[in-house]
Amino acid sequence: MRNSADVVIIGGGISGCSVAYNLAKKGVKNIVVLEKRFICGGSTGACGAGVRMQWGTEMNCLFSKYSIEFFEHANETLEYDGDIEFKQKGYLLIADTDREIEQFKKNIEVQHACGIPSRMVSLDEARSIVPHLNTSILKGAAFCEKDGFLNPFHTTDAYYRAARRLGVEFLHPVTVIGLTTSGGRISGVVTDKGVIHTNCVINAAGGASKQICDMVGISVPVISERHQILVTEPVEPMQEPMVMSFGLNLYVQQSPHGSFIMGRGCDAEPRDGRVTSSHEFLSEMAKTITRTLPPIGKLRVVRQWAGLYNITPDRQPIYEKSADVNGFYMCIGFSGHGFMFGPVTGVVMSEMILGETPTIDASKLSLGRFGRGEMVFEPSVV
Amino acid sequence: MENTIICRCSDVTLLRVRQLIADGYTSMDEIKRITRLGMGSCQGKTCSLLIMRELAAAGFPPATQTPQTTRPPAVGVKLELIAKEAENNEKQR
Repeated sequence: MRNSADVVIIGGGISGCSVAYNLAKKGVKNIVVLEKRFICGGSTGACGAGVRMQWGTEMNCLFSKYSIEFFEHANETLEYDGDIEFKQKGYLLIADTDREIEQFKKNIEVQHACGIPSRMVSLDEARSIVPHLNTSILKGAAFCEKDGFLNPFHTTDAYYRAARRLGVEFLHPVTVIGLTTSGGRISGVVTDKGVIHTNCVINAAGGASKQICDMVGISVPVISERHQILVTEPVEPMQEPMVMSFGLNLYVQQSPHGSFIMGRGCDAEPRDGRVTSSHEFLSEMAKTITRTLPPIGKLRVVRQWAGLYNITPDRQPIYEKSADVNGFYMCIGFSGHGFMFGPVTGVVMSEMILGETPTIDASKLSLGRFGRGEMVFEPSVV
Repeated sequence: MENTIICRCSDVTLLRVRQLIADGYTSMDEIKRITRLGMGSCQGKTCSLLIMRELAAAGFPPATQTPQTTRPPAVGVKLELIAKEAENNEKQR
């Protein structure tokens, strides 16, 4: 293994691959990405694959709008010989309480100010968009036709291959076991395969981001919580948009190859890094989907899996150039939305590292916001 | 080779698998994520041994491989049956 690099990125998910690509495109040489398992082997590869602009905070609206506009042309931009399978069939957000309808209306005001084409829809219209929706338990819905979902493996692969063509070196399986500093500056990365001397390290480690920060004595307020998903057998196309509900605790999409992919969260989920499966999730998911979209209950579940939400107190990411350790950067705490913000992460971090004028203002997302109490709370997360 | 289907659930050919191995995708997990091989209703029960053989032939023997994670359920089950059973269990509690 090489023993020095100009930049070392820890994590081979969407964030690490996007940062690597953006840095290499700007002319940075000797970039190494270290991945514990394999490319897309962590939370990116376990995610629900959706990308939506229907958020409650301006920052999340703008980030996801940027990402969606990138994904629309990503096959060409990244010169990918495969297909990221971006399907813009919309997100139908459904609500079963009046309180949530009020939240939707507030969110839509924020979205419209950002130029996002979202709108409230009647239950009749919701049923015309998703005919198998059980509207008898619902109060209303919101819809944005430009939202959608795409293949996380292929999207990460597109970034990975583009970065590789630009000279980025990807090393896996390599586990980072320590970081060294000298005079307040990053000096190296200690791995299970040897030491790499470097003055620039980017923490894009997803579920393990806190452990990486601990290695340089930086305390970050993130937890990694297990979130589970399941997938059914493939069937003929019957549902175009992602259907999501914060109150009912559900998101479900029919993937391009015909299977339904669905997930939900639970406060009792373990936070010790495990990504095992539980029967409690299977039961709760089955009950929720059968009640909300009854025909999907007729389908067989073929597999369930899990990934980690790396969650911050305000459920927005941390984009940070460390003030305490020179040369240490982090893009962490995506709170379940790291995949859809991948294009933004690469741009924000590469500009931050090179000291360029930011094209996307992410200054409100520095680590210091938690100490100062300047958090921007995102209300709309499953 | 281009007509030999190695994964019957996801229609993946032997040629595709060999191209990916040659391009540096040298484990079951990496090939699975690009092709959906092993994600179908058989969950890799049919194709994984064939893939392991291909990997071994290319210089990546099973001893160097991490097997893919086996996930529940063991066979496909209708969601509404799971929901009904969960509700029955709750009533008995």
